[in-house]
Amino acid sequence: MTDIQTFLKQNEDKELLRFSTAGSVDDGKSTLIGRLLADSKNIYEDHLASLKELSRKDEAPDLALLLDGLKAEREQGITIDVAYRYFSTPRRKFIIADTPGHEQYTRNMATGASGANLAIVLVDARNGVLTQTRRHAFITSLLGIQHLVVAVNKMDMVDFSEAVFDEIRRVFLDYAAKLNVSDIRLVPVSALLGDNVVEKSGRMPWYHGQTVLDILEDVQFLTDRNLVDLRFPVQYVIRPHQNARYYAGSVLSGVVRPGDEVLIMPGQNRTRVKSVSSFDGDLEEAYPPMSVSLQLEDEVDVSRGDMIVHPKNLPHVDRRFEAMMVWMGEAPMDPSRHYLIKQTTQTARVSIDHVDYRIDVDTLHKVDVSRLALNDIGRVALTSNRPLFHDAYQNNRLTGSFILVDYLTNHTVAAGMIIDRLPEDRVPMDVDAGSEPRASTSKRASLVNPDRRIARYGQKPCTIWITGLVGSGKSAVTFGLEEALYEEGYSVVVLDSSVVRSGLSRDLGFSAADQAENLRRVAECARVLNDAGLIVVASFISPSAEGRRQVAERIGTDRYVEVFVDASLDWCRKHDTTGCYAKSDRGLLRNLAGVDYPYEKPRDPAVKVASETDPVDRSVSRVVAVLKEKGYLLTIPPAP
Amino acid sequence: MPRYSISHLMQLEAESIHVMREVAAEFERPVMLYSVGKDSSVMLHLARKAFYPQKLPFPLMHVDTGYKFEEMYDFRRRMAEEYEADLIVYRNEEAIAEGANPYDLGTQRCCGLLKTQALLDGLREGRFDAALGGARREEEKSRAKERFFSFRDRFGQWDPKNQRPELWNLYNCRVGQEESIRVFPLSNWTELDIWMYIHRENIPVVPLYFAREREVVVRGEQLIPVEGQARVLPGETPRSMVCRFRTLGCSPCTGAVKSSANSVEEIIEEMMVERISERSTRIIDHDQEGSMELKKREGYF
Repeated sequence: MTDIQTFLKQNEDKELLRFSTAGSVDDGKSTLIGRLLADSKNIYEDHLASLKELSRKDEAPDLALLLDGLKAEREQGITIDVAYRYFSTPRRKFIIADTPGHEQYTRNMATGASGANLAIVLVDARNGVLTQTRRHAFITSLLGIQHLVVAVNKMDMVDFSEAVFDEIRRVFLDYAAKLNVSDIRLVPVSALLGDNVVEKSGRMPWYHGQTVLDILEDVQFLTDRNLVDLRFPVQYVIRPHQNARYYAGSVLSGVVRPGDEVLIMPGQNRTRVKSVSSFDGDLEEAYPPMSVSLQLEDEVDVSRGDMIVHPKNLPHVDRRFEAMMVWMGEAPMDPSRHYLIKQTTQTARVSIDHVDYRIDVDTLHKVDVSRLALNDIGRVALTSNRPLFHDAYQNNRLTGSFILVDYLTNHTVAAGMIIDRLPEDRVPMDVDAGSEPRASTSKRASLVNPDRRIARYGQKPCTIWITGLVGSGKSAVTFGLEEALYEEGYSVVVLDSSVVRSGLSRDLGFSAADQAENLRRVAECARVLNDAGLIVVASFISPSAEGRRQVAERIGTDRYVEVFVDASLDWCRKHDTTGCYAKSDRGLLRNLAGVDYPYEKPRDPAVKVASETDPVDRSVSRVVAVLKEKGYLLTIPPAP
Repeated sequence: MPRYSISHLMQLEAESIHVMREVAAEFERPVMLYSVGKDSSVMLHLARKAFYPQKLPFPLMHVDTGYKFEEMYDFRRRMAEEYEADLIVYRNEEAIAEGANPYDLGTQRCCGLLKTQALLDGLREGRFDAALGGARREEEKSRAKERFFSFRDRFGQWDPKNQRPELWNLYNCRVGQEESIRVFPLSNWTELDIWMYIHRENIPVVPLYFAREREVVVRGEQLIPVEGQARVLPGETPRSMVCRFRTLGCSPCTGAVKSSANSVEEIIEEMMVERISERSTRIIDHDQEGSMELKKREGYF
């Protein structure tokens, strides 16, 4: 073999280690990274040349300038965001997530640490263990990094003193005893002069441990992976032709092989893996972090967000869970609102039940708070509208993690790590708004057959669900429709907010969970009335598509007729008689659909009413026509 | 290697495939920016792997300035056929008709019109909500802070101060109307990784990457090929030299390097010896300190 072929062979089989670095502005973090790159001969010559031009003094090139990517930061002389750096040695390839140590940038540190196998935390030997050092170590532990290297830098400024190093070690290990990191090493270094970064220092003979690079090359991190619990969230369904389905995704943990018996959550269908496929042919097995696709023996209904697991090793399936959260949004958490949660390949809606506490990272003390603000870390209880399949973050970083997205701004506002669930009695007893609806066709004891009701009333019962913004003209259509149906001889009942809120739901407020519960009660009520043979006209803002879907399922999709009353927000404001918009403008009302709560327009309503242009009576006749067309309204014999 | 271990190339591959599948699953109208270069070749190959045995679930778009090398047009045709891809070629016809060129306008303005403007127009016209690109963080300083999923406002602009945090493998794909996301599945690849992967997977690349005799003029520290619409400036004498390209752009603005490497293996060998980073052969990056960041803010890839 030629040299290059030998080189290629060796280099194709290298391992990849991802690590993060954190340190305060003056700890010399950038210099340390620059030193790692320079001494492992990874700095390209022209980069070096342009550095020489940029460095203020004409002496040695300022290695830190290599790393400060963005212009604004260069001017301020600080690193303010996560920057990624790459280098390799003959043994490993390294990806560095370089994160700032500024207090206000906990967000970035957590981001950098989320994908890392190891973390380097910088300490200035002159200053010892500072608040920020504790913060860095805590975040490392919180994000589940098992290997922590504390680089005690600027040893040259303290005469390479063993006593200084030992004192820092004592203080740090004392603090770290409360953390959950299994492998902690302290290394005395001088990034500026290169001591113990890549080359062993001759000036600190009292230090017998490894250099920073030696640790990076030797650390055993592959065993940190979870190869036991198969978790394969379906990411994308590949359909090359009518009869073939390949379920594409990443193996988050565990090992999957052809022939394995598997369970598909949430459907609980059982089948076997027919093949583990890839472009390069079928595989004998797949393990993390491979991206593959699975073919199954049986035709089962599988879609994105489902999870393929082994039947005897299941994740938690729950709508309620607790998590340690890092709040990353500029605006503080609003516990009265919904957020979107993305966990594995699922996106759901989530509400915040309560905040247990915020952690004071400097003391690790728990502080009572009612919400989290930017860069706060705390323990929070949440409820999602659909069950999530998850494990404790401690056991599984990829099925135990999630992000929250504010769906008004689309910003990522928080990151969460699920913790082992509390015993049931501590779970808040709030309403069970999202539980699966009971099918409307359940067995009934009634001796009156539905056909007899249809014959008596001359109608097939249904619920006309009228959705739209406040002021869009829902009421006009609702009561117009009631009257028109009544005049033609049909039996009809109206349900709207004023009816329900004054009685049936008088105990409910306007939090997300309460609004969902209100709709559940309305849907149940409509179902009972339909079962009794009556037509229901229900008028509710019902802004979320998911909420309307649940209503439809509860009533029975064959009896649900959606009418969308559409009008622009401006028009609605002008025609609003409730004063909602004015209140919202003055900050007295929150979660108003179309203003500070999204209104998801129905994709495919049975009738769409354009209030701005259509007269009410015409819209009403259109709805009546559709009801006839769909066979709900039978021809009524003229009244006797 | 021990059981269940995985090489760095396979890890990079898995990560890129995960990202592409996420795009196909979460966006309504994704597109893949195809620039014909080696990074695009790798990205296209990875996309094929991600959706195999289905065809690519998104079209390719080439933002063409009209100043590309002939070999690039030939190669583009070949690839579109081989991958059965739906290829969109987008050009700023107005500026091209007006004779936009780097000599009269300067590289900054020329790039602004023929690349950035054309890209933004092309994305808008196609109403694409996600655009996959082959940029890598290692290439250039301002790219080192780029996310895998990089949000752009409705003017296609990037705000480096206000990026969405990106944790684990959870990508926030939400966009409002007319907003979009640029997605960089190759974020974590280095130039060496790219070539090692091309070698391992036997991926076709444009022949311009391989050395042969070419007519060039020496301009500053660059070798500029005298081909197509490239001009010879006063005082320059074309001469014949064995050289190759490390990156491919427009023919007037892409410098060649003196090299005799004419196989992938030789290119890798040369990289291990020559330690000059690749974008140094691109004239646009040198115009102004921080020029890439400026261009990126305005909407460049």
